[in-house]
Amino acid sequence: MRPQAWQRIALLAAALGMLSATVVPLANEHAPSLLSLPAAFAATLLSASLYAATALVPLRWSIATALSGVVLGCYATLAVLHDDSVAGNAASGFWLAVTANWIAAWVAVARLAAVKPADKAAAGIVDLAIPLLFGVFVFYLWEVAVRGFGVPPVILPPPSAIGVRFFGSLWMLWQDFVQTFLLGVLSGYVIGCSAGLLVAVVAHRYTFLGRGLLPIGNFVSALPIVGIAPIMVMWFGFDWPSKAAVVVVITFFPMLVNCLAGLNAAGYIERDLMRSYAAGHGQTMRKLYMPAAMPFIFNALKINSTLAFIGAIVAEFFGTPTQGIGFRISIEAGRMALDVVWAEIALAAIAGMAFYGIVALAERATTFWHPSYRT
Amino acid sequence: MLAPAHPNSADRPEAIPQALAVHAKGVSLTFQTADGEVRALSGVDLDVAKGDFVSFIGPSGCGKTTLLRVIADLERPTAGAILVNGVPAEKARLGRHYGYVFQAPALYPWRTIERNVALPLEIMGYDGADRRDRVERYLKLVNLSGFERKFPWQLSGGMQQRASIARALSFDPALLLMDEPFGALDEIVRDHLNEQLLRLWDQTKKTVVFVTHSIPEAVFLSTKIVVMSPRPGRIIDIIACDFPRNRTLEIRETPEFMRIAQRVRAGLRSGHSYDE
Amino acid sequence: MTSSVLSAARPAQIRWHPLVLRYAPVVAIVLALIVLWYVAAALMNMRMVRDAFEREETPYTVSDLIAGTMDAERPLLPAPHQIIETFSDDVFGWPVTSPRSLIYHSWVTLSATLVGFLMGAAFGIVLAVLIVHARTLQKSLLPWIICSQMVPILAVAPIVIVVLGSIGLRGLLPKAIISAYLCFFPVTIGMVKGLNSPDPMQRDLMRTWSATPTQIFWKLRWPSAVPFLFASVKVSITISLIGAIVAELPTGAQAGIGARLLAGSYYGQTIQIWAALLAASLLAVGLIAFISLLERWIGEVMGARA
Repeated sequence: MRPQAWQRIALLAAALGMLSATVVPLANEHAPSLLSLPAAFAATLLSASLYAATALVPLRWSIATALSGVVLGCYATLAVLHDDSVAGNAASGFWLAVTANWIAAWVAVARLAAVKPADKAAAGIVDLAIPLLFGVFVFYLWEVAVRGFGVPPVILPPPSAIGVRFFGSLWMLWQDFVQTFLLGVLSGYVIGCSAGLLVAVVAHRYTFLGRGLLPIGNFVSALPIVGIAPIMVMWFGFDWPSKAAVVVVITFFPMLVNCLAGLNAAGYIERDLMRSYAAGHGQTMRKLYMPAAMPFIFNALKINSTLAFIGAIVAEFFGTPTQGIGFRISIEAGRMALDVVWAEIALAAIAGMAFYGIVALAERATTFWHPSYRT
Repeated sequence: MLAPAHPNSADRPEAIPQALAVHAKGVSLTFQTADGEVRALSGVDLDVAKGDFVSFIGPSGCGKTTLLRVIADLERPTAGAILVNGVPAEKARLGRHYGYVFQAPALYPWRTIERNVALPLEIMGYDGADRRDRVERYLKLVNLSGFERKFPWQLSGGMQQRASIARALSFDPALLLMDEPFGALDEIVRDHLNEQLLRLWDQTKKTVVFVTHSIPEAVFLSTKIVVMSPRPGRIIDIIACDFPRNRTLEIRETPEFMRIAQRVRAGLRSGHSYDE
Repeated sequence: MTSSVLSAARPAQIRWHPLVLRYAPVVAIVLALIVLWYVAAALMNMRMVRDAFEREETPYTVSDLIAGTMDAERPLLPAPHQIIETFSDDVFGWPVTSPRSLIYHSWVTLSATLVGFLMGAAFGIVLAVLIVHARTLQKSLLPWIICSQMVPILAVAPIVIVVLGSIGLRGLLPKAIISAYLCFFPVTIGMVKGLNSPDPMQRDLMRTWSATPTQIFWKLRWPSAVPFLFASVKVSITISLIGAIVAELPTGAQAGIGARLLAGSYYGQTIQIWAALLAASLLAVGLIAFISLLERWIGEVMGARA
């Protein structure tokens, strides 16, 4: 059968599943009837009808109906979870509803993925929407699974608890951010990348040096450099300079290797052209080698942004005075306060993506001419 | 046309009143490769007068590009002497006596067309107003006015190559060295560019040394054709042509044209066996 | 105008043996670095040694000082020979199963690395195959996988250890799980690139033969993906090693290279830390060398250019 037919059958099953939540018990003991929660009840009925509608309407309306049905269905299940007898004790009625939402969401995302809008802007929006919807739904599943099964929060807290803890500890998060990111990561990143670039320029000028340093750089990049963290603590003390030192060493070698590759990337025709102009080495460096190396330099800067952050956090696992993302994570994990740990991880995720995003934007601006942007 | 705009700067191409643009005597070049010796050039004698349009033609491996690169001081001969504008080739390069056009446009993708044409001018120290003036003048000469702000990838292959020619002319060198500049273009564009190049040569009165492996192109463009053959790279024949300077593509059908093309073909065949 | 104005004929060139040309720069620079290390060790340990002499009020000469810096018990920067000495002591001086042997600790870390790597690589390959064949997964999951590369993933190591520990899983398995979690990303991304690498001409050819997706996969996509697989495996296995080492930190594990690093840092045993780092580096080098050998062997079988 064609995928469309499978999807229709699945949607009708989903509609049935939603409806059955009104009769099948929602919890193992003292189950409330869905009728006692009018808002949830209405939402359940509406979403069931929307799922059925999605199976029957033409394709271009089906995505909208499916998505609205999913929103209502998720609302219904989340509302039901507020009832104490359901939380931690959910039974088949509840899970039927959740599964129904899952099926409908999957169909909606699959249909969206199959859409090929002609307009470039619309295509961009769709490309952005699909992973976002996917991600949001994963968070929903996490929430209902944890709260429905009653998973102890010391094992895995639900996203709502993490969100509450995140917004409740903004000051602490900010201090940790300053310590780890602004002080440790940024300073180490700037020093390490500049040093790598400088040495690459010198190694490019003196080929002997370049041929010797390149294999060494490749070799060191593969080693577990974070291991030097305790040694850096011994040299620079417990506080952020030792973390910055670790970041310097971690970012130096990938930068060196990539910059050297980039400086050597200029084609031989372009180099002959410079020779025919009797251009000096400095002129050739400024006008040819450096611009041609930019894609490689930014590649290294992007890789280094992630490596630097990881390096600083792991270095803090080895010991740090009173604050820092790595510090907080290892301390609170030991205390089993996992919602704090997850909040810190959320902070690290946001900071990491923002850092990478800024570097990627800068890359866009300076290397717009590279073929990889034009395909 | 040969006098530099700013005579007090040591970076500008120098005006040397010499009768010969290129004088090569006994030039030989042997490469050491992993498979042994390759004699790219062997005992080449050549004189190119000022204002000539000379083509080097021959099959691959005959040394025509190598000879061009020796003139440009991009390769050093292992024996023999070469003088460009009356001075050794290295001094000619340091004195910026020639402009080089490669097989590929070799425009920098991060610079607009106008900044690409201005590249040699920046290196040689021309000031801003002078640069703008020259860029405008030479882009007009190659019919690319209006494309100054575009990037190379936004232009077709033929237009990019024209920009590359404008760049080679922008600092007014006495000599123009071109290595199969139109090889990568289709025939229609190529014909068009051949005509344009001829007009350019007529207007600017430069000496042009042109490498090609198209017989009609060589016969159409040149005042002198140098036929070369490989293994070792040497000159087989030097043929003079004196078609009128304002010729058009129609002369390719005339008997005189055919006769010279035949002579070129005979020279090529004698120097190169196709069974190898 | 003739030979007196010779345009610089080429000077006679000395022909070096190709091996010399290839390795001379590296060897020269490594030697230079070792010399620099000794100098740095002398300079950095100088103050500590001088203070020790002054405390004991013994007379000392400059050569005494320098000898002292090369032999200090808790140096700021140990000299290379000290590191090698401690390293060989810890490797050869104890029976292999003793908790004081570096081989024992290396084996603990290595086993976690390998198990984690195998799990992660297998998962990564399967995920890549799914992504390449299902457009839905490609559009919904792949952006998240790419995003996850920007997130400092190692930060979750303590959580995983703690959570798994509370349900009774200790020892090798949590470390392997962390390593697996860290190393499946590069394999997935590399394999997706590799499975999508055959050019449109090849794919069209398959269509003219009415090949099924399975046939296309085994005959075209999978062989094209092999070079990409090896490239990402090299990255992935070093990440797996780092993951295994880091996983030993939060709970203060007793065995493994990470544990050795922690112990050295707590008890101020500097040279022990360096010896453990040397062991970790040798492990990384060994793993990559093994993968490269495998790559070369498979490459020969598949007709790769030498």
